[in-house]
Amino acid sequence: MNKIFAVSAVVIKEIYRRKDFYVLFFLTGLITFVMWLMNFFHDDQIIRFIKEICLFLILISALIISVTTAARQIPAERESRTIFPLLAKPIARWQVMVGKFAGCWFATGFALVVFYLFFGLVSASRDHTLPVAAYFQALWLLWQMLGIVIAMTLLGSVVLSAPSANMTIIFIVTIGILYIGGFLHKVAMGMSEPSASIVTAIYYIIPHLELYNMSELIVHDWPIVPWLDVLIATIYGFAYMTFFLTGACLAFRHKPLN
Amino acid sequence: MLRFAERWYNACSPAIDNNILVSNDSTPMTAVLRTENLRVEYKSRELKQQTKVALKGLNLSVQPGEVFGYLGPNGAGKTTTMNVLLGYVNATSGAAYLFDVNTREPIARQRIGYLPELTYYYKFLTAEELLRFYARIFEIPKAETEKRIDQLLKVVELEHARKRPIRTYSKGMQQRAGLAQALINNPDLLLLDEPTSGLDPLGRMKVREIIQRLKNEGKTVFFSSHELGEVETICDRVAIMHQGELKVEGRVADLVKEYQCNLEQVFLKVVGYEPEPV
Repeated sequence: MNKIFAVSAVVIKEIYRRKDFYVLFFLTGLITFVMWLMNFFHDDQIIRFIKEICLFLILISALIISVTTAARQIPAERESRTIFPLLAKPIARWQVMVGKFAGCWFATGFALVVFYLFFGLVSASRDHTLPVAAYFQALWLLWQMLGIVIAMTLLGSVVLSAPSANMTIIFIVTIGILYIGGFLHKVAMGMSEPSASIVTAIYYIIPHLELYNMSELIVHDWPIVPWLDVLIATIYGFAYMTFFLTGACLAFRHKPLN
Repeated sequence: MLRFAERWYNACSPAIDNNILVSNDSTPMTAVLRTENLRVEYKSRELKQQTKVALKGLNLSVQPGEVFGYLGPNGAGKTTTMNVLLGYVNATSGAAYLFDVNTREPIARQRIGYLPELTYYYKFLTAEELLRFYARIFEIPKAETEKRIDQLLKVVELEHARKRPIRTYSKGMQQRAGLAQALINNPDLLLLDEPTSGLDPLGRMKVREIIQRLKNEGKTVFFSSHELGEVETICDRVAIMHQGELKVEGRVADLVKEYQCNLEQVFLKVVGYEPEPV
């Protein structure tokens, strides 16, 4: 485990020493601050709308951080050839991959905590309440979703040669699943065979990332999701993370480095 | 399980503790580095292109405490050998062993230090962060790590720059940081890939001094180089490769005596170089 944590610590150091990380923080913070300014108008509709935008921005910023960071981990190591002195040490390739995953996931988790903390404080200053449980559920489930996305991106970074192609595909797939993934089986009902079977199969194969987006729960002050459901979603997420990460480790294991 | 325990023991037990590795008259020395009929083929992705054979059944052995020079012109198979030893490339057939552990196993690299030809380190880290990172991979205890970092940065004369990011270092400083990372685990075997390439005369001298010091400490050094004068000065034995085959292997003094010329001329004869008449 120590080797995995050593690799992840370097990933985290790299992220916080990069400037683009702070640009995203600043932009999200700025828009959240604008939301706070809307308080003066006392218009609930606008505030709800702004809240929704802020949560969407948090989702997009977290997605950008996780995908761009994960997509360049292995290609950058290969390009700068830092992978060579690293693999000349007693570390297995799967440990490098898992370390990269852990680094990206923890860094994204930290970013999410900062985003939600800021958003929560700003919201609380207006609402005079802080629904901690709802915020925690939203944050936790979003973090699980990003774990799946990071594992998927790492797999793509080993299989595809260009990081830009990998990032584009992952963004399209993620956004696609988030917005239409949940309706695929309904779409399949109106289709003829074999398309209907194919679309239904896709519906059951893809990770349902849309289940992890709890924005509406916060925006409309809905009651929290039962904790058992959160646990099931976490297990479901872990299963997909393990699946993609195993694929990434296997692909990396057989990848010639010279 | 038993096999794993045996591999772990071979890889982790220091040479001095292992009776088999001790050189004396009664017990045979086990090679620190060994290749057996090592063959590496690179398959071309393009159709109709033939498979390139980089190594053709290489048999090599390096004994404990030796400074071994690995020579050959470009494309001779030196880098491929290094790649197999470091686990970057798998052998098509045959095998390579470090401390009797197959190089396919990451644990084979527990007791080695590797210095690449060029500096490939995380430029956003400082020298001490880099050393701390590699020490964690070797699972060196924290207190010992800090002690070694202080010692190594002193040896490679980077104490003054220990808290500066590596990207601000000159080439010579980066190479010395590289040498420090190669020594962080106090290795019994050092693999150096053209360690003095691109360094100024002072930098070369410092690297040579460090190799000499390691030799005096009983460490085994395996290094590839194009600097034949340097090899002649430092090495006990050399191997000369050409087109994936081992052409000559022996003690430097014996080769010089046998061919009745210096190592550079031996090298040129072995690779079949004939100067054109002026």
